[in-house]
Amino acid sequence: MERVTHLDLANLTIREVNQFLHHELDASQTAQVDIQNPDGKHSIAAGMDVDVTVNILGHAGYFVAGMNKQATVTIHGNVGWSVAENIMSGTVRVTGHASQCTAASGHGGLVVIEGNASSRCGISMKGCDIVVRGDVGHFAGFMAQAGRLVVCGDAGPHLGDSLYEAILYVRGNIASLGADAQQQEMTPDDIQALSELLAASGIEAEPHEFKKVASARRLYHWNATERQEY
Amino acid sequence: MHREPSASFDRGALNYIRQAAERGIYDIRGMGAKRPVPNFDDLVFLTASASRYPLEGYREACHLETTLGSRYAKQPVVLQSPITIAGMSFGALSANVKEALGKAATEAGISTTTGDGGMTDEERQSSKTLVYQCLPSRYGFNPDDLRRADALELVLGQGAKPGGGGMLLGQKVSERVAQMRTLPAGIDQRSACRHPDWVGPDDLKIKIEELREITDWKIPIYVKMGATRVRDDVKLAVKAGADVVVIDGMQGGTAATQQVFIEHTGIPTLAALPLAVEALEELDVADEVQLIISGGIRSGADVAKALALGADAVAIGQGVLIALGCNHDSYVQDGKNHDATEDYAGLDTAPGFCHHCQSGLCPVGITTQDPVLEQRLSPARGAQQLGNYLQVLEMELTTLARACGKSNVHHLEREDLVALTLEAAAMARVPLAGTSWIPGNS
Ligand code: SF4
Repeated sequence: MERVTHLDLANLTIREVNQFLHHELDASQTAQVDIQNPDGKHSIAAGMDVDVTVNILGHAGYFVAGMNKQATVTIHGNVGWSVAENIMSGTVRVTGHASQCTAASGHGGLVVIEGNASSRCGISMKGCDIVVRGDVGHFAGFMAQAGRLVVCGDAGPHLGDSLYEAILYVRGNIASLGADAQQQEMTPDDIQALSELLAASGIEAEPHEFKKVASARRLYHWNATERQEY
Repeated sequence: MHREPSASFDRGALNYIRQAAERGIYDIRGMGAKRPVPNFDDLVFLTASASRYPLEGYREACHLETTLGSRYAKQPVVLQSPITIAGMSFGALSANVKEALGKAATEAGISTTTGDGGMTDEERQSSKTLVYQCLPSRYGFNPDDLRRADALELVLGQGAKPGGGGMLLGQKVSERVAQMRTLPAGIDQRSACRHPDWVGPDDLKIKIEELREITDWKIPIYVKMGATRVRDDVKLAVKAGADVVVIDGMQGGTAATQQVFIEHTGIPTLAALPLAVEALEELDVADEVQLIISGGIRSGADVAKALALGADAVAIGQGVLIALGCNHDSYVQDGKNHDATEDYAGLDTAPGFCHHCQSGLCPVGITTQDPVLEQRLSPARGAQQLGNYLQVLEMELTTLARACGKSNVHHLEREDLVALTLEAAAMARVPLAGTSWIPGNS
């Protein structure tokens, strides 16, 4: 029988909670884990590698759902730095706001922030998708290598600085673009991709209202005419 | 006519300025600092005589076993000797070389380290004890490889370029390298100098806790730093929860970085080591947190001196490459010796002077992704050469330890050393030979 397991961080340590999430889910036949009293603690549900639903009922600290694989984790509150850092797959949803470095270097999966995300959202991302209902702070998408970042509100200064192949979509104002980032025309493929991302994240927005930012690829080679001994 | 050279604008300075004026771009190169700095050669051992008695060089046991990560990890790393192979990436090195390192290290009972760009299956299979690096770039970093690693090394910096990020020029970013790093093939890849998900020592503590949670507190966590403000940095790493601190002195090598970094940043390994030891002693954790020192370690004597000054182990990078044939005038392929001097000349250099790892055109097939060049070093031959080198290091190390009367290389101590120069005496905190004077000690 699949069942819901309740874990209370008022009585359990992070180690005990993560030990359960890493190793004891199968034996307990749990399909959903509800974690109470997170109280801003760090590294809750970090290192998940199982297809299970985890609800964190309150605010969480740094690195919540770090390196997530497979799991669907929802934080019912705000989160500290680096939620879902290095996410590989699965979905991580924050119903409130996120502090800095959302989904930093995320390789896959989907991260949804229903409020605002602070600076460096999507820094160094490597293939994950991020959808933010509100605004993002400065240097969003910094050195982002692959994946898509959708910002339904405004983007702060230096958006997409030193971008590689990630694509950024912004509906609101862009305070400024970072080095090597440029606005590009939205293609039908972009509209399609954006529609799918918005649908997957459960956020309603009109895809045609978005702008697209991608790399100008001017920094890919320093000086193509120079001998490669520099 | 009397021709007076300028001391300030000598040939090196003239060449540098001319080249800068012509090209408008700075030099990028591989390997480590070439300028002379005080080093382990400036120290000698006071081996036993009447006041101490030695152990029989060939008969009495001298133990080398080294445990790293005993502070918090459930499964510390246990090595058969206090030598580790420093982090060098697949990308910087060919797949053949990575395999050779793994084979030789496994045979010798020591560890290898992944480097920027992630872990390859070949490397995991060939290396029994593999340290997985977590670098600012996070190229290829993933929880599956993390969980199959024997230790994690969180890299804050390295001796060749403390404060700088990684670099791999386009000609080495092959399809496979590019795929591992999630980057387009052939681009000049400059990786980040700061980690993407934390900043500062308070965050570092939380980051280490997260990594421990993900690995269920099983594997040791090393923190590697370039040698700059060593005393403060070591203390912060210890406070943040490191099991092992790795300090890389300014002679430490790199596959590619700006020459200005290599020659003008960081402090010599000899100066860094005593500072790190003092930091551990001041925190009263010298028995709890292990210290690995690297940067220009070449010989068994260097290893012995590093241990005597308080290191628990050394990490070797460039010495390993040289054992594989770096800067050698020839290479062996299909059982035959082939002259490589023309290939060195093609890089505007010669055997013994090469530092062109950044080019991807390594004449002896070590730092390359070129399918033709990489055939110049077979994993079997590389493993054999490296195995021999490691054996010599161990033999020299135990020779010196026994001569100092130690039955365990970890019993070597500062008291066993004196310095030949004032600078070395001041840096290493050992007396100038023939005196009891340690400059700087009142
Ligand atoms: S011989 Fe190869 S490994 Fe050695 S410095 Fe030259 S390019 Fe680098």
